[in-house]
Amino acid sequence: MSLETLWFCIIVLFWLGYLFLEGFDFGVGMLLPVLGRDDTERRVMINTIGPVWDGNEVWLIVAAGAMFAAFPDWYASLFSGAYLPLLLVLLALIGRGVAFEYRGKVDSPRWRRNWDRVIVLGSWLPPLGVGLLITTTVLGLPLDEHGNRIGSAFAAVRWDTLLGALAVVGFSLVHGAAFLALKTGGELRDRARLLAIRVLPVALVPLVVLLLIVQFREGALWTVLPLAVAVGAAVVAWRKLVADRDGQAFAALGVTIAAAVVTLFGALYPDVLPSTADPANSLTVAGAASSHYALQVITWVAAFGAPAVLVYQGWTYWVFRKRISTAQIPPVHTP
Amino acid sequence: MDVLQLARWQFGITTVYHFLMVPLTIGLSVLVAGMQTAWVRTGHRRYHEMTKFWGKLLLVNFAMGVVTGIVQEFQFGMNWNAYSRFVGDVFGAPLAMEGLVAFFVESTFLGLWIFGWDRLPKRVHLACAWAFSLATVASAYFILAANSWMQHPVGVAFVDGKPTMRSIWAVLTNNTALAAIPHTIAGAFSVAAAFIVGVAAWHLWRKRKTDDEHRATWRTSLRLGGWVGVVAFAVLAITGDTQGKLMFEQQPMKMASAEALCHTEQPASFSIIAIGDVARQNCEDVKTFNVPALLSFLAHNDFKTQVTGVEDLVGQYQAKYGTNYPDDPALGQLAGKPIDYTPNLPVTYWGFRIMIGFGAISAGIGVLALWLTRKGRMPDSKWFPRLALLGIATPFIGNSAGWIFTEMGRQPFVVVPNPSGVDGVWMFTAQAVSNLSTGEVWTSLLALTSLYLALGVVEVFLMRRYVRGGVEGVLPPEKPKQDNDSGDALAFAY
Repeated sequence: MSLETLWFCIIVLFWLGYLFLEGFDFGVGMLLPVLGRDDTERRVMINTIGPVWDGNEVWLIVAAGAMFAAFPDWYASLFSGAYLPLLLVLLALIGRGVAFEYRGKVDSPRWRRNWDRVIVLGSWLPPLGVGLLITTTVLGLPLDEHGNRIGSAFAAVRWDTLLGALAVVGFSLVHGAAFLALKTGGELRDRARLLAIRVLPVALVPLVVLLLIVQFREGALWTVLPLAVAVGAAVVAWRKLVADRDGQAFAALGVTIAAAVVTLFGALYPDVLPSTADPANSLTVAGAASSHYALQVITWVAAFGAPAVLVYQGWTYWVFRKRISTAQIPPVHTP
Repeated sequence: MDVLQLARWQFGITTVYHFLMVPLTIGLSVLVAGMQTAWVRTGHRRYHEMTKFWGKLLLVNFAMGVVTGIVQEFQFGMNWNAYSRFVGDVFGAPLAMEGLVAFFVESTFLGLWIFGWDRLPKRVHLACAWAFSLATVASAYFILAANSWMQHPVGVAFVDGKPTMRSIWAVLTNNTALAAIPHTIAGAFSVAAAFIVGVAAWHLWRKRKTDDEHRATWRTSLRLGGWVGVVAFAVLAITGDTQGKLMFEQQPMKMASAEALCHTEQPASFSIIAIGDVARQNCEDVKTFNVPALLSFLAHNDFKTQVTGVEDLVGQYQAKYGTNYPDDPALGQLAGKPIDYTPNLPVTYWGFRIMIGFGAISAGIGVLALWLTRKGRMPDSKWFPRLALLGIATPFIGNSAGWIFTEMGRQPFVVVPNPSGVDGVWMFTAQAVSNLSTGEVWTSLLALTSLYLALGVVEVFLMRRYVRGGVEGVLPPEKPKQDNDSGDALAFAY
């Protein structure tokens, strides 16, 4: 495998890590007003992701950083081409991060209610934007010969990319509900599980439709396989939820998103950003990549860095492995 | 305004704003890890209280630092896509390293530190504090290595119209970076020190008449802040001098502009202050209080050497890098126009002076704090806490001025040519910008700036609240332990 292809795979892995990890913490935020009936329950929900959401978000930073380092043209064309959707993601993530940290810092219902709104908005918008962005890179933008966007500021907003936005939102919703079923106890857990069972068959439809469209338009023969796995794992996830197996359901959803990402990026390869205006202007893995030396450098960094990340992030999940329920939430203490 | 100007304003605003939070985070995180170490080793209550109190303020500030930092990374691709394409081969690597080596550690171990009180063994929990705080320093290192490459490109060859990395080692040990890193880190410690001195002085004064149980906490904090501030300023002065000398070689125009030195002088005198408008027409007339020969010394370690002025440098730059911008439609209004090689003189001249001046004031307050608390004394005057509170702002102002000076001082270049480097490895700022509509950039400029303003108000509000709340505000009252709750409740939760 060439270094360029290896880095394409690594970046796909970072995006996958991001969708898998922040997917569930987005879902928890999205469900805050739905499942959290009182403030204590909402605190339980937030605390299931409290120690980890920040680390999850870094997967996005690293995915973008790796694109900059390995495929500068890809990074430059996609991020300037899908400017406004990306801006929306950034604004939402800014509000969300501050909201988690500040929500409990003043003991006032109004204060908490307002920050809860920011969390909810900040959890719905980014998966929409990220879904749009990923679908855009798979389905392409109108690019000129320099790799610059030709169309209007809304060139990335089309019915098919909006379907991608819904796909990621739908997945995050289900993934978050399954995560809450796995991480909470008591009534909250039952409600989360029931919601996941009810919502899953609907919420994952956009994802499956998107995969079929991508497969039909650009897919290779082999991408049928991950597509089938994605659909199969979604069915397994539903059955495991019904069978009261939270952990296995959550894992099956992980398989779904992994297989979906492989399908999408597998169909994209060897392009990284196709040009819908003129195929000759498409950015490819070979054409958009950095020099061999630069790729070697970051390969060494990733070879040592990435496994370490997996180990200590895994350890975090181990340290905070216990289910949380309302009984464990300490009283509010603020100055 | 055109896209170029808007994108520059956006970069300036988001970067300066981000850099209000970052130095406090870096400085405080290392100091809090130090406080916690003292607590684990000695068991003294005051160290526990210090860790909790300053740690809480660290968290309030850290959240803002992280979220404003996200914009920085995406901004290159969004607003500066031509820049990203040009430098990606070199600039991307330190950025990716920052993510993989620093950010992951930072965010993961901060989570472990916040939620791990009582859940992790004491020493493991302490190790998490150190992992987090050292990662903040590592992240500063990588981002400064990337920035320094733009100031002084090294370790590359020029292939197919682009710089191509030849040695990552050269990029990571760029002498510009090695000088900038200790300078910036020391700037971070001076921010944290002034913050601690201001807050601790205020608490000490408020409790001056009562025999308050937390007085030891505030006193130790105050003295710690004083020492850190003084040492940080010493490092700032030494590394600043090193950086200055490097800059006279690498970016003579920036340094000539810092002095508003229009004409070459031998020996060159250093201007302390100017009264009037520092512009190219009258930059000789408005300067007052000149110290003879000092600029020669600052530039070359010798009181007699010649320092080249702006006018002569403009001629040199024109000969080397052309008199006009290329006639490229991508440059918009600037295509084919003459290049102005002089940075904005008032900004560079005053930026330089504000940086040094406010840095010195902050160190002065540190010295005063140490003097007033010498040999067990307690500061009891009313003016000292007021001065110390005002003093919190000084290193922030100094830092911002320093960054504005260093970034504006290199215009019109975004990648400054290395005088002893490879031909072709430089880029004009005007060539770096994305081909966006002004509407798009206006949208993001307005949206980000107003969000930043709103969140800034909230942060200051919360900081004030927690500062006023003191130790009681961060330590829940101890409740008698019952047998049946056996530590099941979380020690900390959002």
